[in-house]
Amino acid sequence: MTTHALADTRALTGRSLRHISRSPDTIITTAVTPIALMLLFVYVFGGAIDTGSESYVDYLLPGILLITIASGIAYTAYRLFLDLQGGIFERFQSMPIGRSSVLWGHVLTSLVANLTSVAIVIGVALAMGFRTGASVGAWFAVAGILALFTLALTWLAVIAGLSAKTVDGASAFSYPLIFLPFISSAFVPTDTMPGPVAWFAENQPVTSVVNTLRALFDQQPVGQDIWIALAWLVGILVVGYVAALAAYRRRIS
Amino acid sequence: MTHDQPAQPALRVQGIQKSFQDLQVLRGVDLDVEAGSIVALLGSNGAGKTTLVRILSTLLKADAGTATVHGHDVAARPGAVRESISLTGQFAAVDEILTGRENLVLVARLRHLKDPGAVADELLARFSLTEAGGRRAATYSGGMRRRLDIAMSLVGDPPIVFLDEPTNGLDPQARIDVWKGVKKLAESGTTVLLTTQYLDEAEQLADRIAILHEGTIIQDGTLAELEALLPPAQVEYVEKQPTLEDVFLSLVGTSARKES
Repeated sequence: MTTHALADTRALTGRSLRHISRSPDTIITTAVTPIALMLLFVYVFGGAIDTGSESYVDYLLPGILLITIASGIAYTAYRLFLDLQGGIFERFQSMPIGRSSVLWGHVLTSLVANLTSVAIVIGVALAMGFRTGASVGAWFAVAGILALFTLALTWLAVIAGLSAKTVDGASAFSYPLIFLPFISSAFVPTDTMPGPVAWFAENQPVTSVVNTLRALFDQQPVGQDIWIALAWLVGILVVGYVAALAAYRRRIS
Repeated sequence: MTHDQPAQPALRVQGIQKSFQDLQVLRGVDLDVEAGSIVALLGSNGAGKTTLVRILSTLLKADAGTATVHGHDVAARPGAVRESISLTGQFAAVDEILTGRENLVLVARLRHLKDPGAVADELLARFSLTEAGGRRAATYSGGMRRRLDIAMSLVGDPPIVFLDEPTNGLDPQARIDVWKGVKKLAESGTTVLLTTQYLDEAEQLADRIAILHEGTIIQDGTLAELEALLPPAQVEYVEKQPTLEDVFLSLVGTSARKES
């Protein structure tokens, strides 16, 4: 069975990638809100935000990329929920295919879809004046962190998709995730916030991820932030993965 | 995988019980299905037909009792059971965004067949879907969707096929098409267990009929055996009225008639 698991995952990933290529609006929709936020913050609020010497779009982009991913992963919960509602999930369950391949197909699709949305957002940011001297290695590091961020959040989306009772419930879980970057260093420096808020902002995962991405784009040393970021992301990934498999077992037994 | 064990029945169900919370749905079901036969599980809504099928297709665990499918115990060797069966559930389990052909290719790939494309084309032809094969399943009529659904279940020629209310919600013509497909299937040696609440469907298709009522099989036999349970019919002469189905089918100009 395990020898088949890879082939099964490939077949099922191909299936849901087809879903995306046939409704590319999901990728566009994922990118539209972050782009609108970026326009709003750069051209409306940005003038009033003091981030030091950096241009505001350079400052803002890492947080916008995380918002893109946080809103994009809701589609994984949505698609998984629809599979469960229709009979196709049961068909897969009654077939001799790798047990977790059904989930991995959705997770890998989420990775492809979200990184595509992220590329679109970066394209718009470049048009808006985003500039970076990041080396190829730094770009790879950025891509790696964004991929890890996507995987970690996607496994949370899998839990939501497996346990939701309604379509709305399946995607509602992502709202707090989309909101999290606002209370971080993504939009304004945390030292402008009142004490308890600043404390929360400085110690929640988004800030370390944002700071790491910003340092990579700025060719600054990433310092401790990258290790804090990696610890958060790997931690969320492991907890999410284990909980998702537990939810899956509950669902199919 | 073990080899076929022809001496054994294709399905053997012994004392299967299943409750959902306080509701006892199956109260000790016993049923043998001979290899290569069509058995109809007849029962009203809520009789537990679907629950039994879900247990036999490894989707649900029984509370008590044993069931072997193609010689494999469903609880101990679910993987081997899944190799030998296919399930067509109550609601068409097709991917609406994929085309009919892509649906079949996907299932063929998941069954690890050599030439998924050829398998898909062959099944499209067999179920008169060749022309529609390139269209998304979302554009299909109910009958076409059901045919595709059944075609997907036959990918890889599993020896045992479960059909859960295969004609539920279909128009008369589509029903007859499905019946023909099921008959062809049995002719090729596949064992079919189908559930239905339509008496005529059981009469039309099944070699044996098992009546599931209040959680147990209360009767199991051929149509003739079941009919023999009642006192012989009195002979009366009545004018043969065409049924509404006869009228409908002749009006819509179909040649496909119920074979009597």
